[in-house]
Amino acid sequence: MNNRLWLGFLVMIAVSAVSVPLAAHHGNASYGHAKQITLKGTVTEWDWLSPHTLLKMDVKDDQGTVVNWIVEWSAPSSLINYGINKKTFKPGDEVTVVMITPDNGAPIGRIQRVMLANGTWLRG
Amino acid sequence: MFSLPVRAQNSSRTPFPAPDPNAPPLAQNQEKHIDGWYKEVPAPPKDQQAGPAPRRDLSGVWEPAGGWRDGVQFLGAKEYPSDGKPQHELPFTPLGEKTWKSHKPGFGTTEVPIALNNDPFDSCDPIGFPRIELFNLRAIQIVQNPKQVLIFYQNDRTFRSIWSDGRAFPSDDISEPRWYGYSTGKWEDDATFVVETTGLDERTWIDNVGRPHSSDLRVEERFHRVNHDIMEITLTINDPQMYTKPWNALNKFPMRLQPADFDLREMICSPSEQAQFDKELSRPAIADTKKK
Repeated sequence: MNNRLWLGFLVMIAVSAVSVPLAAHHGNASYGHAKQITLKGTVTEWDWLSPHTLLKMDVKDDQGTVVNWIVEWSAPSSLINYGINKKTFKPGDEVTVVMITPDNGAPIGRIQRVMLANGTWLRG
Repeated sequence: MFSLPVRAQNSSRTPFPAPDPNAPPLAQNQEKHIDGWYKEVPAPPKDQQAGPAPRRDLSGVWEPAGGWRDGVQFLGAKEYPSDGKPQHELPFTPLGEKTWKSHKPGFGTTEVPIALNNDPFDSCDPIGFPRIELFNLRAIQIVQNPKQVLIFYQNDRTFRSIWSDGRAFPSDDISEPRWYGYSTGKWEDDATFVVETTGLDERTWIDNVGRPHSSDLRVEERFHRVNHDIMEITLTINDPQMYTKPWNALNKFPMRLQPADFDLREMICSPSEQAQFDKELSRPAIADTKKK
């Protein structure tokens, strides 16, 4: 690996180390043990709301049943600092979402990161 | 009635943010510093030598010098986060302790699920002063004229008038509790503006973790312009009903001057959007607790 590549690699590590999503006036108490899951789905709605954004997506389970999941993300005023905006998702987009979920099994969660169809990871 | 999940004062609080050990590194260019018009704000050169502070002038757009996260203070006042560490315990009076325990915040050692909290800001009541500087202190714009200093805040898209014309506070018989109180200020020297605020509405919380105050609260802010680029804010809470001694919620918190064309973005707690969030997410998240 040449020096330039190494430098890029180190910068990436440094950036990831300080990238902590912060904004909300509530923590993760709603999420009990905050079990982390990963779901693939199709975006049905992207609500650019304040103080919390909501991503809605259809997810097909093993039996083929489609469930509409509603997952929260940070405030617009925080997400914009990561280049995420109201046009980042549109209905029909295929996304993979890593999230924490509440203990009661409701189809909701809090986003940790999202992979777009082109393989780009978004964090916010 | 259903019982509240017992989470307060324990060590099993869900961390925030929740751990994500397998996360790939963020792309180098993913983090941006942009203003309300999505204009990218270049970082100041590392070796930039700041010029001297102008005389008696705080005007301009300011943001936390350490970046936007630095002013979020989600665990409460910067100098006293609610993290269970002994050095961050506040000097509560018995009434102060009791009032704090009656508050159910979404963060800190006394946090509860969002659907169960009683944070006035959760229903989008005005965030009030001093919480406007102790939670989500983002960009602010200061405008001065010969009689007053006006501070416009990105958060809550609100403003305060600080009268510098030598006036006294309104007398008790006409003073009414105000979300942002009554503020007067004077220049202690050419680079330090000292502000006193009284008349604050008891319904507001001091910070994001529900630190209380009474109508006797008196807040002192010291805006000290270190040089052309940096201004430090020190904010002192003095409320003998709730605290046995004054305490510094901010201590020389640094703000950096932004370009003159920096646009403050809109950051408003919308009651209807918050209601949608509660209905679609907060309440379903704890729905099963009713059965337990």
